[in-house]
Amino acid sequence: MTAFWVLAPVLVLAALGLLFVRKAVHAALLLAVVMISLAVLYAVLEAPFLFAVQIVVYTGAILMLFLFVVMLVGVDASDSLVETIPGQRLSAGVVGILLLVLLLLGFGQLGLGAAQSLGAAGGSDNIRAIADLLFSRYVVAFEVTAALLITAAVGAMVLAHKERLEPKRSQADLAAQRVRDFSQRGVHLGNLPAPGTYARHNAVDTPALLPDGGTVPGSVPRVLVARGSVRDVGGFASSPGSGDGGEQGPGPKSPAAELVEAQIEERAWTRPADDADGRAAAPPGVSDPDDGHEDAAVTGDAGEQGEES
Amino acid sequence: MNTVILSAAEHVPVVAPTEASGVFGLMWLIIALPALGAVVLLLGGRRTDAWGHLLATALPIVSFVLGVAMFVAMLGRAEDDRQVGQHLWTWFETSDLSVGMDLLLDPLSILFVLLITGVGSLIHVYSIGYMAHDPRRRRFFAYLNLFLAAMLTLVLADNYLVLFLGWEGVGLASYLLIGFWQHKPSAAAAAKKAFVINRVGDMGLSTAIMLAFVTFGSTSFAVISAGAPEASETTMTILGLLLLLGACGKSAQVPLQAWLLDAMEGPTPVSALIHAATMVTAGVYLVVRSNFVFELAPAAQTVVVVVAVVTLLWGAVIGCAKDDVKKVLAGSTMSQIGYMMLGAGLGVAGYAFAIFHLLTHGFFKANMFLGAGSVMHAMDDDVDMRRYGGLRLPMPVTFLTFAMGYLAIIGFPGFSGFFSKDKIIETALAENLLVGSLALLGAGITGFYMTRLMLMTFFGKRRWRDGVHPHESPAVMTGPLVALAALSVLGGVLILGNWISDFLTPVVGHAEHAAPPIPAWAVSVLTVAVVAVGVTGAWLMFGRRSVPEAPPEPHGPLGWAVTAGRNDLYGDQINDTLVVGPGATVTRTVVDVDKHVVDGVLTGGPVAVGAIAGVLRRLENGYVRSYALSVLTGAVVVIAALLAVNLA
Amino acid sequence: MDSVTPFVVLSAILFSIGAVGVLIRRNAIVVFMCVELMLNAGNLALVAFAYHHGGLDGQVAAFFVMVVAAAEVVIGLAIIMTIFRTRHSASVDDASLLKW
Repeated sequence: MTAFWVLAPVLVLAALGLLFVRKAVHAALLLAVVMISLAVLYAVLEAPFLFAVQIVVYTGAILMLFLFVVMLVGVDASDSLVETIPGQRLSAGVVGILLLVLLLLGFGQLGLGAAQSLGAAGGSDNIRAIADLLFSRYVVAFEVTAALLITAAVGAMVLAHKERLEPKRSQADLAAQRVRDFSQRGVHLGNLPAPGTYARHNAVDTPALLPDGGTVPGSVPRVLVARGSVRDVGGFASSPGSGDGGEQGPGPKSPAAELVEAQIEERAWTRPADDADGRAAAPPGVSDPDDGHEDAAVTGDAGEQGEES
Repeated sequence: MNTVILSAAEHVPVVAPTEASGVFGLMWLIIALPALGAVVLLLGGRRTDAWGHLLATALPIVSFVLGVAMFVAMLGRAEDDRQVGQHLWTWFETSDLSVGMDLLLDPLSILFVLLITGVGSLIHVYSIGYMAHDPRRRRFFAYLNLFLAAMLTLVLADNYLVLFLGWEGVGLASYLLIGFWQHKPSAAAAAKKAFVINRVGDMGLSTAIMLAFVTFGSTSFAVISAGAPEASETTMTILGLLLLLGACGKSAQVPLQAWLLDAMEGPTPVSALIHAATMVTAGVYLVVRSNFVFELAPAAQTVVVVVAVVTLLWGAVIGCAKDDVKKVLAGSTMSQIGYMMLGAGLGVAGYAFAIFHLLTHGFFKANMFLGAGSVMHAMDDDVDMRRYGGLRLPMPVTFLTFAMGYLAIIGFPGFSGFFSKDKIIETALAENLLVGSLALLGAGITGFYMTRLMLMTFFGKRRWRDGVHPHESPAVMTGPLVALAALSVLGGVLILGNWISDFLTPVVGHAEHAAPPIPAWAVSVLTVAVVAVGVTGAWLMFGRRSVPEAPPEPHGPLGWAVTAGRNDLYGDQINDTLVVGPGATVTRTVVDVDKHVVDGVLTGGPVAVGAIAGVLRRLENGYVRSYALSVLTGAVVVIAALLAVNLA
Repeated sequence: MDSVTPFVVLSAILFSIGAVGVLIRRNAIVVFMCVELMLNAGNLALVAFAYHHGGLDGQVAAFFVMVVAAAEVVIGLAIIMTIFRTRHSASVDDASLLKW
């Protein structure tokens, strides 16, 4: 029982964490903790086969699947914890506690009878015993699960399959498109600006700086912008200071910055305004450089820093 | 009234047609020719405008010639071989009912054919002049032809169903022609009124046909007349009353008389042809044709007599009070049809005289209507007799022909009406003193109102409106007048040697005349005397004194009668009070109940459900988490219930 | 106290937490994780009772639950992917067109 008393608080905490963490990846990791702990509990309960299966199937396969999907989906799927349905959270809590109380009450009513030992079936003979059961008493159910799995596999393929409706665009096509955009709408023809590279930090999450101390909005990959993980460049900026916080650099915005912004907007870096309802954190720096300091906007901070230096 | 019931004939005539041959094989053409005219004119459209009326006039003349030929052929046959049938095709056939498009030409129908095609042709000729300037002349002639075809179908039918076809056909033609000047609201209303009132009578007739089919398994005259003696008297009485209802509607007999006066809204030739000479006599034809029914239903026959006498006086009183020349004639028509009905109701003794009076009336009434039309033509379509007067000089032909008709209708000795009306009065007196006396009184009133009409129109001072210059009508109009005047004078020859009675014997049977309480010559003298009293009275009131231009206020002991007569004896008011008012009330009530109670119940439920749903649907907010919460709540409740049961 | 009771209580707690998670999380992937948590709580109860009764049927049932859960996850995630592809959102609240 030692293992139980050690693991039970971990389990409950991890499960509660599932309710409150903001990012899906963290939730997946917490779930992994729950799974592995449960596997250990299975071992404690003399189910070595399930112990193995729990680790292999759940932690190994299912959680990996979750992580893949999080990777595919999760770019802007940060789940704000603001509740939109009035009273949902309170009701859910009340009903959940009621459910727990009732379940415990129900278990309290159980007469479990005398405990019996699994004997060898709970130890080294466990797998053989389960196999005997699976292929005798439960063979029909077992076959049906086979059909279920095949159906699930086919279904997943059907759902995930995306029909190509137009011919794949070759590199030549893309190049022609860019030139066409340039000729018709004046979209910048060349590369996007590279991220800033500094002595202290040379990762791509630092925006490039303009001569006037402002940042170049397009210089950070959009995924990082969307996640809000753009590094603060305050320490690096060396431009002469301007007004108070939230203000763009001194005087009017530099022509170079405006040009770059215009081009970046043309490229449609952001998705169509699907996060306009404010659920997802507003991507700082890209759509609205004048947004102020609350969102740790790159440009805004740059202005402040410029003042200090 | 049981004394009215006549020497109930032991022998009921049976219709027994033989197959048509020879000239009778062309029987169908009599109907087909006018029908063809109507089809050509109605479908031909404006292309037939130029010559359509000539075609429409020629076709009835051909029919008339055919009729004459058949009449002659029939005279050449033996008396018991004069019922000729022709089977055209089977109209429809079901398991029990087989109705053929069968025609029957016998002495009764040949007389009608001659009357309809003869007078009809004359009126067609007259209409060429009368309708010369009407832009819708072609349509008018098409309707006239349609009417002739339907009327001929009616009289030539060999079973009640084909008769009903013609019956409805003349109703349709009558409706179309009364409302021919449909731009006048009064004409449209009159047409509708005639149609609706006729529906009541048609209902009676169609019910009678159904009853006949149920009783006898057939609608043909031959089968019914052969099987009639076996049927119960109650059935025959009901059948007779239903047929009488139909006849009342078509012949404008009380209580279905109200439409005839309004029907004068139609063009005058229509009034002459349809509402005087032919269609309105269809009721008489129906009663005479169904003699095998009425002979076996004495009670129904009594009702016929009562209706006839009431109508006879009713029409006469209206005729006395009206100032509209056509309405006077319409009232007169109603009254004269009452005489015919009286004759038909008197049974075997009277059938022939009813038909005789029908024929003479067809002549002289058509004559007078056409004369009235001629007068109206001259007076710019004014119908008010108070604005006529002294017309005998500018319109000599019209005056003379009208005078012939006048003398005929009042029964001046020697003229056709004298013989026919005299015979009916004589028979009525022989059968029942009261009925005969009332018929005699009617003759006196006839003399009164016809003399009044004559005096106000053709004699006295000229009371014409300014700008009216009466002139004689063209020859195409006076020609028919002359012809009809001649027939009015000479129509009486049909009775010579009892010819018409003998001729009709195969159809209606023959009965020895019961002797009247006074000798026949005395009846004639009495009739003439009564008529003379009426004529003198009229001369005293309208001949000696000048006619005021505005109708005088009713005064004197008979003032109430004048007021009543001017109001059609309150026929419309009676209808309104007894039928229209209660009907409208019931209808309104039903509508209200339907709208508020039935609809309220039916729509109230859905409305309530809709209102509740409008509130409840807010629960369906589309959020799957809300639904999940509901599910979980439900699960919790179930668990709680289970535990509660367990713990309890 | 029976030796298996703590396991069952733990199972109940985990199940309730999973249920509440389904109700309050809006990211479809996390909602799915909560469903998995509930399934695992059920499994724990099954294994615990199997242990108590000395039979293997509970373990077999838990095994089947795992298989079904695997199939369910495959399909569910594919559906989430499809929805995300068309709606650019993984929030369960965005798919709320089916309403009044």
